[in-house]
Order: sequence, then structure tokens, then C-alpha cells
Amino acid sequence: MDMVVKEKAKSILDQYKYKPGPDKESTHYCPGCGHGNVHKMIGEAVDELGVADRAVLMSPVGCSVFAYYYFNMGHIQVAHGRAPAAATGVKRAQPHTIVMSYQGDGDLAAIGGNNILQAANRGENMTVFFINNAIYGMTGGQMAPTTLLGQRTSTTPRGRTRANEGFPIRVCELLASLEAPVYLERVALIDPKTTAKARKAIKKAIQMQVEGRGFSLVEILSPCPTGWKLSPPDSREWITKNMLPVFPLGVYRDRSKEELPPVEEPKLETVAEALGIQTGEAATIPKPSAPLRETVRMKVAGFGGQGILFLGEVLAEAGMQAGHRVTWLPSYGPEMRGGTANCHVVISSERIGSPTVSLPNVLVAMNRPSYERFVNDVIDNGMLLYDSSLIEGVPVPERLRSYAIPATQIADSIGNTRVANVVMLGAYLGITGIFDREQALNALRLHIRRTQLLDLNEKALDAGMKAASPKK
Amino acid sequence: MARKLMKGNKAVIMGAILADCRAYFGYPITPASEIAETAALYFPPLGRTFLQAESEVAAINMVYGAAATGVRAMTASSGPGISLKQEGISYSAGAELPIVVVDIVRGGPGLGNIAPEQGDYFQVVKGGGHGNYRNIVLSPNCAQEMCDLTILAFELADKYRNPAVILADGYIGQMMEPVDLSIREIWKPEKPWAVDGTSRTQGNLVSSIHLSAEELEVHVEHLFKKYQTVQANEVRYEEYRTEDADVILIGYGVVSRIVLSAVDAARKKGVRVGMIRPITLWPFPTDIIRKRAESVEEFIVAELSTGQLIEDVRLAVEGRKPVRLFRRTGGMVPSAEEIVSILEVREGVA
Ligand SMILES: Cc1ncc(C[n+]2csc(CCOP(=O)(O)OP(=O)(O)O)c2C)c(N)n1
Ligand code: SF4
Repeated sequence: MDMVVKEKAKSILDQYKYKPGPDKESTHYCPGCGHGNVHKMIGEAVDELGVADRAVLMSPVGCSVFAYYYFNMGHIQVAHGRAPAAATGVKRAQPHTIVMSYQGDGDLAAIGGNNILQAANRGENMTVFFINNAIYGMTGGQMAPTTLLGQRTSTTPRGRTRANEGFPIRVCELLASLEAPVYLERVALIDPKTTAKARKAIKKAIQMQVEGRGFSLVEILSPCPTGWKLSPPDSREWITKNMLPVFPLGVYRDRSKEELPPVEEPKLETVAEALGIQTGEAATIPKPSAPLRETVRMKVAGFGGQGILFLGEVLAEAGMQAGHRVTWLPSYGPEMRGGTANCHVVISSERIGSPTVSLPNVLVAMNRPSYERFVNDVIDNGMLLYDSSLIEGVPVPERLRSYAIPATQIADSIGNTRVANVVMLGAYLGITGIFDREQALNALRLHIRRTQLLDLNEKALDAGMKAASPKK
Repeated sequence: MARKLMKGNKAVIMGAILADCRAYFGYPITPASEIAETAALYFPPLGRTFLQAESEVAAINMVYGAAATGVRAMTASSGPGISLKQEGISYSAGAELPIVVVDIVRGGPGLGNIAPEQGDYFQVVKGGGHGNYRNIVLSPNCAQEMCDLTILAFELADKYRNPAVILADGYIGQMMEPVDLSIREIWKPEKPWAVDGTSRTQGNLVSSIHLSAEELEVHVEHLFKKYQTVQANEVRYEEYRTEDADVILIGYGVVSRIVLSAVDAARKKGVRVGMIRPITLWPFPTDIIRKRAESVEEFIVAELSTGQLIEDVRLAVEGRKPVRLFRRTGGMVPSAEEIVSILEVREGVA
């Protein structure tokens, strides 16, 4: 190809220091390969824009895996197809960088198809150079997603068929269906004229990023004489004859003239603010006013929506605030969706081993299935609290200390069925005296999301404490 | 109040914030999703990055990219997602990138279920991805350790320029316990190797490719030496009532909590039993187990998998003493009573 002889770009190295072996001056590409030309154009564009020190080039897996030999920039070599994802990581972590993802058609459109689609759709402020050579060069000429119908490759030895492999993917057209990309253009390396256009497009795609506009991609129809088994001149002709009809050149998106919205500087939090603590504050553990008589190993069970997990959480919180050791373990996932919920709460003066409560000494049962499922697990002389408005006519084992609390009825009378859990909590506190009213209210305050419900919960707690009277 | 009640999953992000992790990339999966949700809530107001990726494959590669620029970055997932991340973890190990990955293990294989299991031991501790590399693997057994070991994971990852993985189970992730959040001193090294888009680092390269056999062997040997240093310096474990033990139970994660209860209960019945809990699963606490093998009669390995941890215990014991397996799987978690009963059978108490 007739290249305009220019001074070598400064961001292209004189000596390829990362290239192994004695020859540090010639590239690893085949004669007539398009990769080398595109490299030069990238080097020139980066020079002209003066961003070499900020530039990060993502080398893909493919023939251009060694793109990093050639440029005086930052280099990150990534897994096959993942350059857009890794580039996203780079750009998000260091927004000042100029990130360029350089990818072949197998890398970008096959294995990395979703990654390019999603990066484009997020409008990542990055630049992608997409080398479409209609074949897998590096692995020896297998079919690519851009291989043409009828094209023979080592894995389509009789030519690609629509029946078996489907049609070639048109990346520019595909990405142009998305809202976010700001610049998409397809160019080709055929003659000086198309090459000049390619050079312009490459620079513009980087320029877009420098201006903070968003996602740009330049698709470059590029010769692979080795993969196509053609001479370099025949390869260029092959592009004209076979590729152009399928991959029309042109601009598919251009938002270079649009006005950019002003960037707002967000107000940031400090770590201490975010964590809700004071800078320099140490974690203090209050001394319990009195040691617990025995470790509480409680199971709370009911149906989803009764606030079963919340009840346990508030108890654990109160336990922690009082200086005890606590654990809270929920049932989670589909188990909850099935309509039942339960949690295990342990409150102890000693280090807590198992957070699971298989043999509880307290069972709080809020519906009949839970009652039936767990009542026999409670240890002898253990405590049983059950919602007698929902659990009626059940045999209550003699071996347990049982308390029938009409929690749902009481909650209804206060005005909201949903505070039955807090009525039950009040009852438990009323019976055991494990925490006082203030401690329980404090814990409630920390765990209630909607503060306007605090009054209602306070009423429920009091009503529960009042209702606590031994059954039988 | 610097001490707060929270889930282990949330505590991971509290640790990440304290450790100055700048970027979180994730994809939802139960029982790990709360880690991503917590990061989504806390990271942006701190000026840090949270991004929900299109897949675990993308997420790990975003972490790879961010870590390559020298910032602390992490991701979290559960079994199926960790399977997808393995390529990226291998690349990170090969490119010597410090990354932190959290695996809140669920039941498997395949889609399995979301209940707690420990079936990811092999895929995390033994590698999982391709090639000669090691993950530094930390196994918390309470919410406080979810926070503290996440901080340690960032420090170790940076110190050795290697992936560090938090391996926890669904229960440790879902359980709430008090966590000390007080701001502490964090060790952070310079990273002259990073590609951060400054003239200071211009020309730097992050890569895992070594085309010639000679060159790759040198690199693999370099990694191997590094791993030996990790083994010599970073083993962590907890011993509990092992001094006079006839039997030592070995377990990690939630199992170690249950074992602890079982040890206390069995001791009350006169069974002389203790526990060793590996905190680092790699490097594995081989030496202490080998030392205890001199005095105990047998080891019982308790795990929520069908004999994964036990392989490392057997390698440590080298046939000196019997090593028995006690296992539950599928999300079935043994009770302390269950473990006590096998000890009683052994002692002829029951
Ligand atoms: C996960 C994975 N799968 C497969 C490969 C093998 N591989 C290396 S390069 C390549 C194709 C590259 O083709 P393309 O992206 O078109 O780039 P080109 O070589 O043509 O420049 C493949 C399949 C790999 N390295 N990793
Ligand atoms: S195989 Fe094709 S793409 Fe690869 S270097 Fe050779 S000509 Fe270029």
C-alpha cells in the first residue's frame, strides 16, 4: 500500500523493548497485514492530540496481542474478548486516562460480543479500534463472526453457509441501534484515499474521548494476506470486491458537534460519615448491668410479612447494646418466598459458637405451621410464646413454659396488624425482663426504616409488655 | 457508636471501605448479592466506583483493569459466578495483579441451591483457573472477620501482588453480629508497576503472556518462590482447647462455629476434644496440624462438602494418625449435638 511517508510518530517506540529476541525493530506482523498500518495511525493521532502520557492501550488476544511492543504508552494485556470490560475498569478507576481498546473480529464480535455491546450501551468514555479482517488470524485462519458467506476458512472448508453459520455480523450497524455511542465509523485500508479517511477517523475517535463525549468505535476493514492466502495487493482488492458490499463504509453515528451537558461535582462523604461513626472513635463494649441467667437460644418463626426477621434483629440489637454477645441468623432466599420465615437469635455472656439454634430454649411462634414445625424441638422447661389469635386449639406441651399472646388481635386494636411482631417482643420482655423498655425502644429506633412508624411501634411494645401473663 | 450490628455480607463492604477499596464490580447472585447492594449504596457518595457488570466474566475483568491502574478493586459472587471468574483470576495471578474476590458459597454442583455449602473449596483453594498459580484464601467465621479479613485480603493482595479470596458460606454472609468499624491504620504500598496514565508510569506493561518456554519458566518459578514466601509468612489459624485433646476437630467458616459449641458440650461430658480452625486455607496451617498429630489419637474433619478440606488435612498428617470425615451437604448444616454424638460414640459414652 502507498503510505504517505511521514516522520515516525513519537509514541511509537524506536526499539521494541518488550519484544523478545534480538530483532527489536521489525514488527511481528506478516507483510501486508493491516495491523501495522493501524498502529502507525494510532501513534500519530496520540501524538497530535498530545495524550501519550495519559494513554492506556488494551492489547487483546489475537494477532495484536503484542500491540504493546510498539507504543510508548501504558499497556494492559487482557483475556480474549474482555478488553471492553477491562477498559471500563481502567476508565472508571482513572477517569483522566485515554483508554483505547484494540480488538480483532473474533475477540470483539464473537467471544467478547456481550462485553462490547454493554460497554457501548453504558456509553463508556473510551475508544475502540475494531480490526475486521473477516477471519481469525492468530489461530490460523478459522471463521470469524465477520467471515463472508461462501468464504473458505479452516473451519468453513466448503465456505460459510447461512444454514450452518448464519450471516456475518455488522458491528457498526449493530451498535448504531444503541442510544449511547457518540461516534461509529467504518473505514477500510485499500488505497491512499480510504487510508486517509481511516487516519482521520482514528484521530477523531480519540478526540471524542479527550472531549469526554463517550463511546467511540472505528471499524477498520483490514487485510490479512496470510489468513486469506492472497498476496498483499490481491488482499486489498479482495476487500473492495468482497467486503465492501457487505460492510459499507461510512459514518454510522456522529455526535461530535453536540453541546456537552455541564459536569456536576458531587458532594462527597468522608469515610467516618459514610460509616456513621466519629473519626478517631474506638468501638466500646458496654458492661452488662447484670450477666444473663442463661444463654438465650431463640427461634422466631412465622409467615413472611409478619416481621419475623425484624423481631429477631431488634432483640439482637438490644442484646448488643446491653453488652452481651449476640448472633442473628435468618432463613433466606426461596425459603422466605415460600411464605414462611424464621430466624435464630443467640444472646449470651460467653463467646457464641454455633449461630444455628437446633434445640431452642425459647420459641416465638407467630403462625400455626411454624408452631407445628418447631414446638417439639424446644428443650424441656423451655419457653414458648405463641400468637394465640392465629394459633388456636393446639395441644400445648406440659413440659414447656407457655404463654399465649393474642399478638395479632392486640396489634389490630392498636390499628395495624403488622406490629404484631413488636407486641410479641414486648410480651417476651414483659415475661423475662431481659431488657428494659428503654433498651428495647433504642433498638427499635435503630432498626425501623420509617421513623413515622415509631409511635405505633412504641404502643405495640407497651401493649405486649402489658399482655404478658402466664397461661394456664 | 463504632460498633454496629450487621450482616457478614455488609461487613465485607465496611472492610473494603476502611481498606480504601476504590472500585467494586459485581453481578447479582444469592447469597452474595447484599455485598454488591451495600457497595452500590456506600461507594458512590465516597467518590468510589460501583458498577453492576453484564456478567461475572465482565466483572472480574473490570476488576483486572482497575487493579492494573494501581487502585484497590474487588468483586464478590457465589459458586456459579466464581466458576465464570476463574479465567480472570488466573490472568490476575499471571499478571501479578492484586485483586480481591469474595465467594459466599452456595450449594452445588450446577445451579444447586442457595443454602450454605463449602463445595467451592477446591475451586478456590486449589486454583480453579488454568496454570500454575495460587490464591491467598482467607476464611472468616463471623461478621467481624468478614470486615477484618477483607482488609487483610487487600493488604496481602498488595503485598504479594496476587489475588486474595475471601471464602465464606451463606450463613457467614447472612448472619448478623456486632462489628467494630472504628477507623484503623491500613498498610498501602507504592505501585510503581501500575498503568495509571501518568508520565511516571508511561510505557509500563501489565500482561501475563510469555511466549517463549524459557521466559515462561522463569516467570512460573518467580511465582513459585513468591508462593513459598507466602507459605512461610502468612499462615493463620485458631486453636481451641487442643492442649490435652485426644481428638481434634478441624473445620472452617460456619462449621468452626458449630464445632466450637460441640467442643464445649463434649468437654462437659468428659470427652477431651479440641479444635483447629484454619483462617488461611491457603497457605494451609500444615505445621500445627502435623505437630498436634504427635499427641492426638485422631482428627475429625467437619465440612459442608464431600471431602475437600480433608485432603489438605491428610497431606498435613501424612498418615501418622487416622483422619475421619464428618460431612453434610446440599445446604444441610449439622447441629452441635450431631457432632457431639459422633464424639460420644467414639468414646463409648453413648
Ligand atoms: C478463551 C480463549 N479462547 C480461545 C483462544 C484462542 N484464540 C487466540 S486468538 C483467537 C482469535 C483471534 O481472532 P481475531 O480476534 O479475529 O484477531 P486476529 O488474530 O484476526 O487479529 C483465538 C480463538 C484464547 N486465547 N482464549
Ligand atoms: S495472520 Fe493476518 S492478521 Fe495476523 S499478522 Fe498475519 S496478516 Fe496480520
